[in-house]
Amino acid sequence: MVKKSLFKRFRESQVFWPIVAWILILVFDAIIDPSFFKLGIIQDPVNGNHLYGNMVDIFNNGAPLMLVAIGMTLVIATGGIDLSVGAVIAISAAMGAVLINPALGNELISNEVLTRNATNTPLPLIIIADLAAGTLCGLWNGFLVSRGKIQPMVATLILMVAGRGVAQLITNGQIMTIYYTPYFWFGNGYILGLPVSIYIVALVLILGYILVRKTSIGLFIETVGINAKSAYYSGISEKNVKMLAYTFCGFCGAIAGLILSSYVHSADGNNNGLYYELDAILAVVLGGTLMTGGRFSMLASAIGAVVIWTFTVTVYHLGVPANALLAAKAVLVLVVILLYSDYTKRFMNRIFERKGAKHDTAC
Amino acid sequence: MTQRVKFTLMRLGPLLLTFAVFILVYVVGGQLYPAMQKPQVFFNLFINDASLLLVSVGMTMVILTGGMDLSVGGMIALVSTASAALLRAGVSPIIVLPSMILLGIALGALQGWIITDLKVQPFIATLMGLFFTRGMAYIISLTSVSIKNAFYMKLALTPIYIPFLHKTYIYGYALVGPIMLLVAVYLSFFTRFGRTIYAIGSNEQSAVLMGLPVRRAKIMVYAFSGLCSALGGIVFSISLLAGYGQFASGMELDSIAAVVIGGTSLAGGYGNVIGTLFGVLIHGTIVSILQFNGTLSSWWTRIGVGLLTLIAIGIQSVFYIKRKRKEKST
Repeated sequence: MVKKSLFKRFRESQVFWPIVAWILILVFDAIIDPSFFKLGIIQDPVNGNHLYGNMVDIFNNGAPLMLVAIGMTLVIATGGIDLSVGAVIAISAAMGAVLINPALGNELISNEVLTRNATNTPLPLIIIADLAAGTLCGLWNGFLVSRGKIQPMVATLILMVAGRGVAQLITNGQIMTIYYTPYFWFGNGYILGLPVSIYIVALVLILGYILVRKTSIGLFIETVGINAKSAYYSGISEKNVKMLAYTFCGFCGAIAGLILSSYVHSADGNNNGLYYELDAILAVVLGGTLMTGGRFSMLASAIGAVVIWTFTVTVYHLGVPANALLAAKAVLVLVVILLYSDYTKRFMNRIFERKGAKHDTAC
Repeated sequence: MTQRVKFTLMRLGPLLLTFAVFILVYVVGGQLYPAMQKPQVFFNLFINDASLLLVSVGMTMVILTGGMDLSVGGMIALVSTASAALLRAGVSPIIVLPSMILLGIALGALQGWIITDLKVQPFIATLMGLFFTRGMAYIISLTSVSIKNAFYMKLALTPIYIPFLHKTYIYGYALVGPIMLLVAVYLSFFTRFGRTIYAIGSNEQSAVLMGLPVRRAKIMVYAFSGLCSALGGIVFSISLLAGYGQFASGMELDSIAAVVIGGTSLAGGYGNVIGTLFGVLIHGTIVSILQFNGTLSSWWTRIGVGLLTLIAIGIQSVFYIKRKRKEKST
């Protein structure tokens, strides 16, 4: 095998395209308004000194989406899809809020009791319950898909529709505001000047990397995604691989819910993680993982999520109203579609390689 | 003969079961709340779910080809907001209504073109449609726009009394859904276009090899769905006499759920539009039961719809898997 140059290896890796997209947006920002990249250190008596600026915000606010995209990658790599992540986020957020104060949704309790900075459940227990709730949702999806033999889109649609109802059931149909300060650490805290959520994402990425690349699980997932039947005949437990992927996705959704509810200080069954499933799928597609399954890269998906958030922050920075953001996102999707189409790939290959040179089409 | 009866039963099985579930839910509701036995409650199902029915009819056709249209809710928001804004600017409804319908068809066809020619997954392409339409609705107006046009007011507030039933009425706009349903029934059962749709849903590759106009049929199906959701948007704006970008949020899910409950397979190829009608009616009945109860929150609707979808899929898998096995063995 001929050793490929580093640049060529990079260009053919899945990380290449999302990084190109990211750089394009950043260059656009630099041209429009160089102050976009301004970073500073703020003296914060509560959270300690930390960095602030748009770039920090992108990573801090984008962390839940990155997490969900990482989980979604595995599911999409098995040839499935998980539409329920938004609902899982809502359930996990609701779980945390209820455990902190079961009386939060109750109007009869006096304001003094409601707004006190205390918890009814120890924090570690809250985290475990949060994660358990999301993982359970993932298990349920995995069970329906692998054991129930239901199409992934339908199987997860059930939880997507019913899940928000469940979240409302937990919170008693109310938006619960959280007043317990240690809980805010996940979304607003800082370690060494950087937001905690970045470390959480990095941890999950490393964990995921070890899980799928240092064991054969990653290969199993790709095999199942490329051809589930042949995977079955070659002795891979297709069912368990799918089960694992969906469970991991639920787990990631749960962490995202924890961070999100901690960041906004509340749990709202209707709006927590709204449209996250769509953004996450978009991030995975941006990351170059095919919707039909097969080759995947969790890092590329995470970068895809960063691209989406950079784009979002850019649009806000330009002064576009929040609600019109959706239209701008549609344009982004269109550009991505065109960028990833066969025409563009052929065009790029022609630019980077001399005419007539043999090139493999793996990209 | 028995073979034929069996085959017909197999084919109509999910439809009959959906019908049975609808009757069951309705009878249970009627027993719990005697007021639900009034005929008006039944017609209210059509009035309240007028746009859901329209959207679901279009959605059924798209799902039969094995695709999916996520843009329907956004289309309703865009059409309602755009028509409200145009009417406020003093444009006559005679111009507004056709232009909105054309807008729906054009956007639908555009999505169909992106799906067929750029080879984008329907999920992604129509997701883009959802973002685009909802965003455009917000760009037109960030707040709700009320409609004060006399023609719209007349459409919205004139009841049509049903003959032979005491004090039972329906609004004119609620009839658009059933009419489109009939159109869809005609298209899917009695035309070449309909058979092409089923062929694409069963196996697109072989449909292409058979020489069927797959590309054209697919674009037309998405255009039809666009037409249905544009009509849904018009009906929505008439019934509420307003236009707003927030309208019909999550309706794409309700409509997919209604289609699945109605016995259409999301993989395409199996199912029919009539089942969708009952899927929508079941959704409406659950909502009315909750309204009659009064103490239960509306989120039980979502849990109920989710559970029913699960049951519907269970029923489907029994029928379709059996049928597929049979086809293979013969």
